[in-house]
Amino acid sequence: MDPVFMVEIIPRVLSGAWLTVLLATLSLSSGFLLAILAALMRRSRSVLLSAPIRAYVFVIRGTPLLVQIFFIYYGLGQFEVVRQSFLWPVLRSPFWCAIIALTINTTAYGSEIIRGGLESVSWGEVEAAKAFGMSGFLLFRRVIFPIAIRQALPAYGNEVTLMIKATSLASTITIMEMTGMANMIMAENYRPMEAFIVAGAFYLSFNFVMTRIVQLMEWRLSGHLLPPKPIAGS
Amino acid sequence: MKKVLLTSIAVSMVLSLCIAGSAGAKTWKKVRVATEGAYPPWNSTDPSGKLVGFDMDVIDAVCKRVGLEYELSAHAWKGIIPGLTAGKYDAIIAGMQITAKRLEVIDFAGPYAKTPGSFATLKKSPLAEYKSPLDLVTLNEISADEQKIIDAMRTLLKGKIIGVQTTTIHSDFLDTYFKTVAEIRKYDTQENVLLDLTAGRIDAAEASLSYWIPIMKKDQGKDVALFGPAWVGDIFGLGNGIGVRKEDQELKALLDKGIKEITQDGTLRNLAVKWFGFDNSPK
Amino acid sequence: MGLLAFGETGWGDEMALAALTTLAVAVCAFSLALIIGTLGAAAKLSRLRILRGLLDGYTTVARGIPELLIIYLLFFGGSGALMFVAKIFGYRGYIEVNAFTVGVVAIALINGAYQTEVFRGAALAIPRGQIEAGLAAGMSDRLLFFRILVPQAMRLALPGLGNCWLSALKETALISVTGLVEIMRQAQVAAGSTQMPFLFYIVAAGLFLFLTSFSGYGFRRAERWAGRGARSI
Repeated sequence: MDPVFMVEIIPRVLSGAWLTVLLATLSLSSGFLLAILAALMRRSRSVLLSAPIRAYVFVIRGTPLLVQIFFIYYGLGQFEVVRQSFLWPVLRSPFWCAIIALTINTTAYGSEIIRGGLESVSWGEVEAAKAFGMSGFLLFRRVIFPIAIRQALPAYGNEVTLMIKATSLASTITIMEMTGMANMIMAENYRPMEAFIVAGAFYLSFNFVMTRIVQLMEWRLSGHLLPPKPIAGS
Repeated sequence: MKKVLLTSIAVSMVLSLCIAGSAGAKTWKKVRVATEGAYPPWNSTDPSGKLVGFDMDVIDAVCKRVGLEYELSAHAWKGIIPGLTAGKYDAIIAGMQITAKRLEVIDFAGPYAKTPGSFATLKKSPLAEYKSPLDLVTLNEISADEQKIIDAMRTLLKGKIIGVQTTTIHSDFLDTYFKTVAEIRKYDTQENVLLDLTAGRIDAAEASLSYWIPIMKKDQGKDVALFGPAWVGDIFGLGNGIGVRKEDQELKALLDKGIKEITQDGTLRNLAVKWFGFDNSPK
Repeated sequence: MGLLAFGETGWGDEMALAALTTLAVAVCAFSLALIIGTLGAAAKLSRLRILRGLLDGYTTVARGIPELLIIYLLFFGGSGALMFVAKIFGYRGYIEVNAFTVGVVAIALINGAYQTEVFRGAALAIPRGQIEAGLAAGMSDRLLFFRILVPQAMRLALPGLGNCWLSALKETALISVTGLVEIMRQAQVAAGSTQMPFLFYIVAAGLFLFLTSFSGYGFRRAERWAGRGARSI
């Protein structure tokens, strides 16, 4: 256990941090948008829309992310017909395969979280809005969606943490994010503890920052729910 | 109080006996051998789960010659040396090259094979058309002609993606000579390198000739073509050896004896031809 | 299809055996995590600040570091650390830290942190009034624990525990990096050997799907059993 060595390798481990952040933000943002779409489809009364989503969520939540990643990267790359198709420039790159796999994964979990948020909107609020003459998209945009999002925020914050951790799996398909860098350092120096401890510390810091940000968002969206502030001086 | 004293004396006596017992010279009857199981034709896993390959036949022949019983197990390549030093097993036979970096940590019996490394690509790739003026480049003392070839290869591979198995002499070779010109992707197993080479994700790969030549004869490697010279020397090490812990010099001596015997009576040469199609036994 | 046959030439029996290993690791890890979780929750609810602080540290680290990293740490550093501790006691021999043990311990540590939170939440959700009623009736601490806390906590904790079990099951796939032959590793070996990754990763996914859906069904039945007698909204 060499503290000097640990300090030495910080810049190298950090060089993978850029990819970690990129993988997490890209998949989380596209996943969020797709999750909203999926949640709406899931709640639709038409079986044609809800059944495929239910099957999709069932499969994604029932299988490990590692299997999903390997399936997309190695499995799809096996076929000549895929390699000749227009999809190949994307599927050829390990980075985009990782993004695809991570996005598909977070969409499935996110759609369930948002669905939970949508279902928790109390009927009373919707009734009141309808009494005002709101309907359709305006109703959704002004009443249902904000309430649902605020309800879903704690659970979604959890999903953010899970996604940051999930990016470490990209190292298994040759992507040099933080875990990949730590692995490389270990392979070169035969010193596993230092490399993985430094990487672990960085992941913890990222998660800490992200959790604080989500808490801040929760606080800002819940302003109308907090008890009234006492008037200064009384 | 007396009871406690007596028990602790007894326990420390037993413990010191154990320590004393393990400090003496070891006579080897049984050896636990580790291999990878994902590096044909040296070692691979057949559908029934059995470990097969050149390495398996060699260790069998060597142990028979010196009267050792052995037990095989498969392990992930990345952690195979730490496993040896930690004591999980006593020897490694996994197509592992003897290199200065590895000699810092463990010792080797042998070599039992010497094979050069080579670049490979797909037959349809423009890289396959490169004809090297020299068949072999020895990296120990690089001559002017050899340097020309290295420079030509560096120009050829500029901006390309080269795949290689991690923690190998081949990845070290690429890191030393090609890191600044090409993108080097490291894979956990050689078989995954082949998958991506066939898929076209990487433009070229570098590995041992002992891996390429047999696989090119099989269905999986039918589109693979070699290009460039064969590489030996320096980073490529002193040949393939059986890894042992530094303190197990008696085991090393035993294994060396076995390797010498199977070299002299031609068993090793026959096995090499059987698995590789050519004789890569050390001369 | 012959590739999946059982017997000498097919990988079918290897995959089935690997599935059993997956199950074994998951069960051992989950059981160990149950112990960690209940003790951890008890510690987090205790009056000792240092105990609460220690547990907070543990749950933050175990839930904040990628599972892959924890597995690498324990696998590559584990036997070294264990033997270092043993050397202090004079034992110079080698301690077997095989991939199975590392996998079980790693997943148990991670899962235990999540279970600590599940049990803590469940215990906190039991109305204080019930505990007061028990005390008023003269129940001893032990009786209170087994007659009032445990049955209700079980009902409240079951959904969370169900999720933890599914996580543990899926995390076993990560132990493949240590070389342990469970579903994921076996699929990798077969895919590499036959150069047919598509088939074998679908088989792997299918096996996991079978295990998770079966467990999901089991947990739903358990939830119904534990919730019997409780009034729902």
